[in-house]
Amino acid sequence: MTTSRFTRRGVLKTGAVAGAGVALPTIFTAGSASAFTNEPKGDTVTFGFNVPQSGPYADEGLDELRAQKLAVEHINGEGDGGMLNTFSSKALDGTGLLGKKVTYVTGDTQTKSDAARASAKSMIEKDGVIMINGGSSSGVAIAVQGLCQEAGIIFMAGLTHSNDTTGKDRKKHGFRHFFNAYMSGAALAPVLAKAYGTDRKAYHLTADYTWGWTQEESIKAATEAVGWQTVKTVRTPVGAGDFSSYLTPVLNSGADVLVLNHYGRDMINSITQAVQFGLRDKVVNGKQFEIVVPLYSELMAEGAGEAIKGVYGSMNWNWQLDNPGTKAFVKSFGEKYGRPPSNSAQTCYVQTLLYADAVARAGSFNPCAVIEALEDFDFDGMGNGPTFYRGADHQCFKDVLVMKGKENPTNQFDILEIVELTPRAQVEYAPDHPMFAGGTLGECNPGD
Amino acid sequence: MLGLNRKDTTFFLIVIALTLFTPFLMQPFGETSPLAQFNGGYPDLMAKVAIFGIFAIGFNILFGLTGYLSFGHAAFLGVGSYAAVWMFKLLTLNVFPAVILAVIMSGLLALLIGWISLRRSGIYFSILTLAMAEMAYRLAYSVLTPLTNGETGLQVRPTDPRILDGPGAADYPNLFGLELSRSWRLEIGDHLFTFNVGYYFCAAFAILAFYISLRIFRSPFGLMLRAVKANQQRMNYTGLNPKPYTLAAFVISGMYAGLAGGLMAAMDPLAGAERMQWTVGGEVVIMTILGGAGTLMGPVLGAGTIKYLENIFSKINENVLHDWFSFLPDGLENAVVWILSRFTGEGWALTLGLVFMLVVAFLPGGLVEGGQRIARLLRRRGGKGEGGAGGGEETAHTSPSTPPAAE
Repeated sequence: MTTSRFTRRGVLKTGAVAGAGVALPTIFTAGSASAFTNEPKGDTVTFGFNVPQSGPYADEGLDELRAQKLAVEHINGEGDGGMLNTFSSKALDGTGLLGKKVTYVTGDTQTKSDAARASAKSMIEKDGVIMINGGSSSGVAIAVQGLCQEAGIIFMAGLTHSNDTTGKDRKKHGFRHFFNAYMSGAALAPVLAKAYGTDRKAYHLTADYTWGWTQEESIKAATEAVGWQTVKTVRTPVGAGDFSSYLTPVLNSGADVLVLNHYGRDMINSITQAVQFGLRDKVVNGKQFEIVVPLYSELMAEGAGEAIKGVYGSMNWNWQLDNPGTKAFVKSFGEKYGRPPSNSAQTCYVQTLLYADAVARAGSFNPCAVIEALEDFDFDGMGNGPTFYRGADHQCFKDVLVMKGKENPTNQFDILEIVELTPRAQVEYAPDHPMFAGGTLGECNPGD
Repeated sequence: MLGLNRKDTTFFLIVIALTLFTPFLMQPFGETSPLAQFNGGYPDLMAKVAIFGIFAIGFNILFGLTGYLSFGHAAFLGVGSYAAVWMFKLLTLNVFPAVILAVIMSGLLALLIGWISLRRSGIYFSILTLAMAEMAYRLAYSVLTPLTNGETGLQVRPTDPRILDGPGAADYPNLFGLELSRSWRLEIGDHLFTFNVGYYFCAAFAILAFYISLRIFRSPFGLMLRAVKANQQRMNYTGLNPKPYTLAAFVISGMYAGLAGGLMAAMDPLAGAERMQWTVGGEVVIMTILGGAGTLMGPVLGAGTIKYLENIFSKINENVLHDWFSFLPDGLENAVVWILSRFTGEGWALTLGLVFMLVVAFLPGGLVEGGQRIARLLRRRGGKGEGGAGGGEETAHTSPSTPPAAE
């Protein structure tokens, strides 16, 4: 609130209050002007962690929450510091953020855009958060990103893989560290061509929302580029539970590869049912029938168990990677929670640290300064190798992992193996690539 | 005044005053006070209370007066929202066309669903409306994706045509240029009060909605609706056809729901299919019964209580509880926190369930009946006291001993 808002209406309101008989000293606005939305005034600053704690993506959300809590501990100087020790930027020194202790509030998105937005709104208005991190589901991420732009706070996207998040729905206040569907396609297609040949017929089952749509588009384009044909694409509702009615037609379609553009419990259900149907034992067109899950996650693999053996997919990060950042993070996460972190946990952890680091480098919580610090930022030591935060669309560029379900797992966490570390150059694209075109970042909005 | 008798005028003025001073009433604690957690005077919650108040007032016209229990009103809420967002996208971000279309579209849908469902009464009517709403939800969720954008939700984009908006027009829903998200803040000592344009916009509609409902309650039309509830067979025998009356009530309450949906979209320009789900339709039933079905003030009280519980109790997580009970010895503290955390945070619905159970078991007339009982008690004690509660007067036409159960 600035003095320029000292308007007729405001004065009338003050008058009304005085009239109502509130005989207290009235300090109206000017004394406490804040430069931007939710400027932290006390000795704490609040982050908002808005993740799915119920619904089909709840497992991912709960793991994200673990990582976010860990990140706050590390920023405040508790625990062993995790990736702060390996991060190339040394602006964070483990004493909180600009002399303030970091606290957090959590919210449940229920994996629904409506609920996520309501939860984010109350975080902004009631709890006074300065940044929101989270959102397992691109529909949710896009909805919350728009809200943050409007309100003037920063949105550090968590697990969101749709091209639209940094494509046609990109926002000045939204930042994505996670990779996207285009990158999955670019990394996966050559590996698939090598493993299954270039003469394949694919059948897509696709989660019916922005992420599914863009992933289907990306995988289709990438596989068709290596010579595959796409027989049919079918949309399935999120949280369907039973996919048998969608799986029966696959057998008679003449397809020899099934691409599952599903995530979370949906993917666990669809792949388990597909395997139970005996799809992988079939021989079609003289070739072994195969299943591909373009976007993998440890938690899904854990849930699907036997069914994912030998199935290819892509990931943003995996705890088995051999670099100092990964080792530091896996160690502190494992010590605290007794399990390795998932890639959704890693992206949320990194995003929280990146935000804090940007604030420290900018020397201000003002969103405009923070955005400037994040844009075109080059960093390393966060587990993904050298990474670049592109200013033109707020997308991170880094290597992409192609994974495969392990044939002989040694324990419950050792279920995926890294097939290939696709170099960054292979997954890069122009900000106005047709799959991403049509969006504008807009202007930085400090709010009131 | 305005066609109301003296008693109703007083009552109406009290409601207006309560609505206008909500930013104070819902923010009773100072910012640094330990009870600040219980403050609810932020724009989002206040607007939600007003919006769901409208929704429940409308629902009450159908359920409270005719006794027809509809589980499908969420469909009208959703259609209102979609209509409003489409107006934002196509015409202008000014909220008036959006709200108007929202009311019209939901009215039309209510006419269709009502015309079909009202062929039956009682439980069959309820199930028909439930089925209709679930169908509407499924349509919005997947079949009509080009219209509703499915699971992602319909959103306003900078590339939308917005043919009435000039190049310099506001980027967010506004009232002739005044953005609904704009707030003025007032600090008095430790207290912080927020006056939000959007809230007052919704509040104005809430007052209008309340006034119309008051007039319907007092009108011959309202009397006819009560006759439907009292004894529809007798009504038939006297040669009166109840169908036009019930259909009119159904359409009116559908339009109220559409208005609420339009206002929801105006406060936050995104329409998701979830708001058409039957759980939302169930929520308004609970609101109305909790507050007191068939009373004027009841639905608003119920809506306020539920939205407050949902937004405030769900924020009390284990950390907060540990803070509160840190004075207890460790073992006891953990035990107390464990028990209380079942009822707060994600467990807030359990608190709601408990409150709902107690109200239905001991106050069949809802919170309003509770208020009346307290008022009566005070009156008996203090001779002819004023009676305190503002909601105590409006039930002149309903007998408080009648449980509000469905037919």
